[in-house]
Amino acid sequence: MKDNVKTLTIDSIRQGLCAKSFSAEELARAALEAAEKENDTYRAFLHFSPERALQAARRVDAQIARGEPIGPLAGVPVAVKDVIVTRGLKTTCGSRILENYVPPYDATAVERLEQAGGVIIGKTNCDEFAMGSSTENSGYFPTRNPAALDRVPGGSSGGSAAAVAAGQAVVALGSDTGGSIRQPASFCGVVGVLPTYGRVSRYGLVAFASSLDHIGPFARTVQDAARSLGVIAGRDPADSTSAGAPVPDYAAALDGKIDGLRVGVPREYFGSGLDSEVGDRIQRAVDLFGKLGCKVQSVGMPHTDHAIACYYIICTAEASANLARYDGVRYTTRSSQAETLAGMYRRTRGEGFGAEVKRRIILGTYVLSAGYYDAYYLKAQKVRTLVARDFTDAFREVDAILTPVSPFPAFKLGEKMADPLEMYLSDIYTITGSLAGICGASVPCGRTSAGLPVGLQILCNHFDESRMFRLAHAFEQAGGFGQSRL
Amino acid sequence: MKITEKEVRYVADLANLALTDDEIRRYCGDLDEILVYAEKLNEVDTSQVEPMAQVLYQAEETATLRADAVAPSFSAEVALAPAPQPGAGHFKVPKVVER
Repeated sequence: MKDNVKTLTIDSIRQGLCAKSFSAEELARAALEAAEKENDTYRAFLHFSPERALQAARRVDAQIARGEPIGPLAGVPVAVKDVIVTRGLKTTCGSRILENYVPPYDATAVERLEQAGGVIIGKTNCDEFAMGSSTENSGYFPTRNPAALDRVPGGSSGGSAAAVAAGQAVVALGSDTGGSIRQPASFCGVVGVLPTYGRVSRYGLVAFASSLDHIGPFARTVQDAARSLGVIAGRDPADSTSAGAPVPDYAAALDGKIDGLRVGVPREYFGSGLDSEVGDRIQRAVDLFGKLGCKVQSVGMPHTDHAIACYYIICTAEASANLARYDGVRYTTRSSQAETLAGMYRRTRGEGFGAEVKRRIILGTYVLSAGYYDAYYLKAQKVRTLVARDFTDAFREVDAILTPVSPFPAFKLGEKMADPLEMYLSDIYTITGSLAGICGASVPCGRTSAGLPVGLQILCNHFDESRMFRLAHAFEQAGGFGQSRL
Repeated sequence: MKITEKEVRYVADLANLALTDDEIRRYCGDLDEILVYAEKLNEVDTSQVEPMAQVLYQAEETATLRADAVAPSFSAEVALAPAPQPGAGHFKVPKVVER
């Protein structure tokens, strides 16, 4: 059993369970044991949930014993980013300010995963409140990239990406505000999906920037990512921003039929700053789509250069409002120093938040403050309209857009911590799609000469996930993933 | 300079954030660099552009309204459980009003 955990897929688990090769409980125990043992190496998990995992596994085993149908994720070991709440299970958001927070409810995505038979084995490390691109802003410890232990796994969902890359979980949930699923997926060499804004309920996702936050899945194969999204997607009365559009059978779209699809390559994404080896792997990937019968054409995205400034004004403004709730009254941590109410707020927040979170709260408060609102926040919202319009225009000409995910592969731990602006600039290729609210996936497209994974981003229009998965799957089956798997 | 240490102090105050003098200095430098970079936005002519208030604006206007019906919710005990200082069915805070 133990030898198998790392190569299992949703389908092979189902086959194993139905053939009684192993029980869900045996699989859960093996996955937990491996993940706990390896956590000293990868540090992907903040905490484990053995009791909850075994309960979920036993429910699946009982269904099988009674001859009942099992759910689409039956017995599948799942890891959940620690910004997604779990009832009775600590949820810290990677922050010291929520060190002991035990939520009284489950996020809708978590509830749906478990209803589908998923087995949650633990909560994964991330940048504090999902603010960062390397998981080094965690209030607890950095996570290591399973492909190169001296490098970051990307972020902010670095723990989820690392857990899937290392084979500790078959599927993981992450959150993506400006690239926090796609970029770590690319750094670790796994599939990561940003669903369309509103496609997956955010009920129970601790809010960072509400007009940009998404929950999405990580997996080692496109099919597993497609199946996982199918489970968590769909309208939720508890999230008024969740979309009512019907959820198609994403796995049914994986039929290899991409002949004749038009794929666009944005000219603006291949300028200076793009690592030459990354650029080469992306070009080879684009060429492969051409060989598979797609019509490759160049598209223009003229507002790309303004997307970073736009994004960091909007996301910090929203964050400054969303994080106002951590004031020492409701959530676990309160400064012991304070004698007045105002002093308690200030000290609790000053002591509890890490450097990047404070930086963003100050920037966000500044751009919303009297006298600066029009110049920064309103201006950014107008530029956002133009960035989104770039995509509307492009999708009149093409069915999908292919880009790099990150300008460079995984960097060394500590390498980019000194300069916040430089770290922000590295989000350029993922941020545009976030601002537009469209869907996108990062799929592995080979490795650099040093063995570091490179990710290809496939962007499609609102609610066009089926086409995105179809393209990603055809690419994977044609060998596009290269030697990406561990 | 786009921002001064005095402004950082003022904004930190608005955000209820206690910062050390070292932090004020560091964030002043970081924010200045970021705000100078954000000047880029002024290159874009937005005189004829509406701000993006909704991400998916094709949704019906009433799509988010639900029936005003009573539904189960957390008990006070459950809601208060994560609080640092619950007491007598309330959140306790330092004294606000002097007698």
